[in-house]
Amino acid sequence: MSIDKETIKHISKLARISLDDKKVDNLSKDLSSIIKFIEKLNKLNTDNIKPLTSIIDASLSFRKDEILEGKIREQILKNSPEKTEEFFVVPKVVE
Amino acid sequence: MTDLTNLSLVGLVNGIKNKDFSSEEVTKSFIKNAENSDKLNTYITKCFDEALVSAKNFDKKNKPKGLLPGIPIAVKDMFCTKDVKTTAGSKILNNFLPTYESTVTNKLWMEGAFLLGKLNCDEFAMGSSNETSFFGNVTNPFGDKIVPGGSSGGSASALAANLTPATIGTDTGGSIRQPASFTGTVGLKPTYGRCSRWGIVAFASSLDQAGPLTKTVEDCALLLQAMTGYDPKDSTSINIKANNFSSNLTEKVKNIIIGIPKEYRVENMPIEIDKLWKKGIDFLKDAGAVIKDISLPNTMYALPTYYIVAPAEASSNLARYDGVKYGHRSKGSNLIEMYENTRSEGFGDEVKRRILIGTYVLSSGYYDAYYLKAQKVRKLIKEDFDRSFKNVDAILTPSTPSSAFKMGEKKDDPVSMYLNDIFTVPVNLAGLPAISIPSGYDKNNLPLGLQLIGKPFDEQMILNLSLALQKRMNFKRNIKAWWK
Amino acid sequence: MVEVMLENKFDYFIKGETNKWEVIIGLEVHAQVLSKSKLFSSSSTKFGADPNTQVSLVDSALPGMLPVINQFCIEQSIKTGLGLKAKINLHSVFDRKNYFYADLPQGYQISQYKNPIVGEGEVILDMPYGSKKIGIERLHLEQDAGKSIHDMDPENTFVDLNRSGIALMEIVSKPDLRSPEEVNAYVKKLRSIMRYLATCDGNMQEGSLRADVNVSVRKVGDKKYGTRCEIKNVNSIKFMQMAIEHEAKRQVKLLEEGKAVDQETRLFDAKKNITKSMRLKEEAHDYRYFPDPDLLPLKIDESLIDKLKKTLPELPDEKKDRFIKNYNISAYEANILVSEKEISDYYEEVIKHADKKLAANWIMGDLFAVLNRKNISIVNSPISAKNLSILINLISSGEISGRIAKEVFEIMIEKDNNPKEIVVSKGLKQQSDPKELEKIITEILTKNKEKVAQYRNGKEKLYGFFVGQVMKSSGGRANPKLVNEILKSKLKQECSKISR
Repeated sequence: MSIDKETIKHISKLARISLDDKKVDNLSKDLSSIIKFIEKLNKLNTDNIKPLTSIIDASLSFRKDEILEGKIREQILKNSPEKTEEFFVVPKVVE
Repeated sequence: MTDLTNLSLVGLVNGIKNKDFSSEEVTKSFIKNAENSDKLNTYITKCFDEALVSAKNFDKKNKPKGLLPGIPIAVKDMFCTKDVKTTAGSKILNNFLPTYESTVTNKLWMEGAFLLGKLNCDEFAMGSSNETSFFGNVTNPFGDKIVPGGSSGGSASALAANLTPATIGTDTGGSIRQPASFTGTVGLKPTYGRCSRWGIVAFASSLDQAGPLTKTVEDCALLLQAMTGYDPKDSTSINIKANNFSSNLTEKVKNIIIGIPKEYRVENMPIEIDKLWKKGIDFLKDAGAVIKDISLPNTMYALPTYYIVAPAEASSNLARYDGVKYGHRSKGSNLIEMYENTRSEGFGDEVKRRILIGTYVLSSGYYDAYYLKAQKVRKLIKEDFDRSFKNVDAILTPSTPSSAFKMGEKKDDPVSMYLNDIFTVPVNLAGLPAISIPSGYDKNNLPLGLQLIGKPFDEQMILNLSLALQKRMNFKRNIKAWWK
Repeated sequence: MVEVMLENKFDYFIKGETNKWEVIIGLEVHAQVLSKSKLFSSSSTKFGADPNTQVSLVDSALPGMLPVINQFCIEQSIKTGLGLKAKINLHSVFDRKNYFYADLPQGYQISQYKNPIVGEGEVILDMPYGSKKIGIERLHLEQDAGKSIHDMDPENTFVDLNRSGIALMEIVSKPDLRSPEEVNAYVKKLRSIMRYLATCDGNMQEGSLRADVNVSVRKVGDKKYGTRCEIKNVNSIKFMQMAIEHEAKRQVKLLEEGKAVDQETRLFDAKKNITKSMRLKEEAHDYRYFPDPDLLPLKIDESLIDKLKKTLPELPDEKKDRFIKNYNISAYEANILVSEKEISDYYEEVIKHADKKLAANWIMGDLFAVLNRKNISIVNSPISAKNLSILINLISSGEISGRIAKEVFEIMIEKDNNPKEIVVSKGLKQQSDPKELEKIITEILTKNKEKVAQYRNGKEKLYGFFVGQVMKSSGGRANPKLVNEILKSKLKQECSKISR
């Protein structure tokens, strides 16, 4: 199955990546090739197989309810491209 | 005076302990090499001044402690290093200064080592040739315009060119083992859960593992020992007793059973590789091992499975790169525009491809057909190994289906690049430990590697077998520093 | 115990132009878990801290950060599940819910999709028309998001991640609710249960309890459900009720006009009292749920559930039944007294030494009035349970009248002194000596011979005048019961005198 341009535009919106028309064209070719490749799995009958839930044969380990972190606002904001002393700053969402 | 940069890691450690030479001398030697090697483009960030300071401080101490006393080590730029730029080979993190240190690198520093620099890699560890880095391609010391493999291309190349005594990389689908094979070095991917992933830029969470890249098997055992250990900050880290890989290393492998999977004999495999494989089998027999034919019937489905699972997890792991908290931010008149421009400008083409594939296979209507299906096939692949390991102790295969190729050779079709990982990927899907050791050359004088796959948490076994092979292979890495 | 619903007393329907419509409501309640630290990181959950001071490296989704689960949050969810009489799932999975927003630093929320920690349960509502069972579909654990502040800057949004990562329990009801009143009762009951269990403080003003409301309508008699709309952003019960009513009417209007109801998310505008569509120009959300590979599946041992069962306090329903049975108060009274554990504790403290019925009245009447006036909760009551108990005993023993008690009560509000002391110091002890009262009454009657004559001739209203005079003369301390007895008998005597 190949992947058409409308689908690529839709996925790129979900992934928040803007693509110009030329890119969409190139990607359509590349992604279709990849999809064709991964569809090899269709040859395998997996009807009665349970999917892998984790590669490790163990269950989730727990943590105690203690306050050990926080109060590092400077560190948290340090790498932000736009900030005030207290907040991250981003452009508004269009309502 | 011996060229210190030619010594193994073990040789350097012993020399420093015996005071044959100082940490400063060692560090200066590697810096000298590294400063003359920009053609290889292995370093993204050089920490040479700081390294010299660390070396001098080390030399002042009387009783050096730890497994890696006074050793300068450059690491793949996927490990967050405190106050040292960490880019993951990407524009989107080109200005990122972590305020924290990854667990694995911290362990190295606790053992007496210090940071020499950050090494180039495929962007977000996505690639098999180090041709997708924002910081440019890395060259294989074995020849100009020859790829070093990827994604830990910078690490493997720097190691082979004596620009760092040893290094660590990450392996999600073969990113340590394949470049090790392409550069005639040793690369090991531990069992999933063996090393902590805390502080390593995440690519595919259920597949990523940090591991050593070294010149020899002995070096590998030492570095692995320094890197491993339970980390409560990583929920997928396993609380297993620490292993003394280095002191337990032995070439006594009599009566060990080695499985040879017939499905790894792929169509159009170069004869040299087949010959090398046979050579490995013979050498292990010579060491007293027993050889058994085994079948891993679902091997052919491993690559397609990987290229569903890894991009899916990556598409989600890379969602945090949105320009809000750190990293590159592009202009946008509203939030969505800012996101779209940031991620479009910040990510390269391969990363975009994988994010889009990953988003697609998880999306409504496709989840069952792709992602869920892939997780079922992954179960089958793991069961193949589980079944075989009831009858064998380790599995021997080639590391790669070819030697290092020319830059640009596989640019046209992403899938042709993916086929590089055909022997390495099944191992990540099954969470097993595996090592690539340099075993020979092809007709173009480019190195080839053999891979040993072990049972979960049985790194000692594959290290021991590798040592037995290393002794018999007598592989020599003869590189003239043409890039100076 | 569920009583049969008295159908003819339930009467919430939307009367459209052509039909009578039933309103179907389902609620998704988000309750912040009471815990010291967050669900997957160990930063604090305390409300009201300075922006971004309760944010760890994991909370801000820096490269390489990984989640580690808080054991206590798991236990809190199990306890809540037990309080909802729900099935606890021994195996559950955490999934990633992928979407982009400024206050979602990871670009995904860790939640639970197909395998939640708690399964089906129920909540019983006490409505005027009987008990009603509301089904619970499931309860799952998930991360709360940070806060986006839109009104501090005209062009930009400010982001505070303090709330990001706090544990939320999402409680999904079955579509069993049928009116705004039932929604009111349901939210209050849920809140009450969680406060009893101390798993959530239920503080809607601080945002620790929020709800999304799903509303659809169908003609009375229809079996199929109509298309539902989800209303977000309702942060008080009052607004929930308003939003439901408006939305139901909007849907009825559309359907009676022959149009269809679009399945969509709507926002409630409290100022205009309308719901408006949230549908933006861009694509609808596709959350692309998949199991979080940074977390292993959650396995719960039966022994943990048993251990937690043993720690559960008596829950509202059980307490209510016990109160009705043991204290002989009405269901209505019991309902109010158990609505908050603190109220029931206070009540049980009072009735240790005081009359149960009187205690109920005083608490629900006078005490609640004070608490409401001062806008405080019963834990901060100006009058201690011990002292209220003493006051009630003074009434029961006849030492003071109910009227005087009210006076004493007012004094106690200002200073929580032992009422016995107040009675003594203010000389408020009830006059219950029959001889003394007879003296006073005789005096009054003697002074007012004309009025007595008028009373004899049929002006019965004057009885109140005599009582008033007795009270005035006794400084309000005369025992009203005795006054009535003695006054009645004296007046009878007067009447019979004449008729001789």
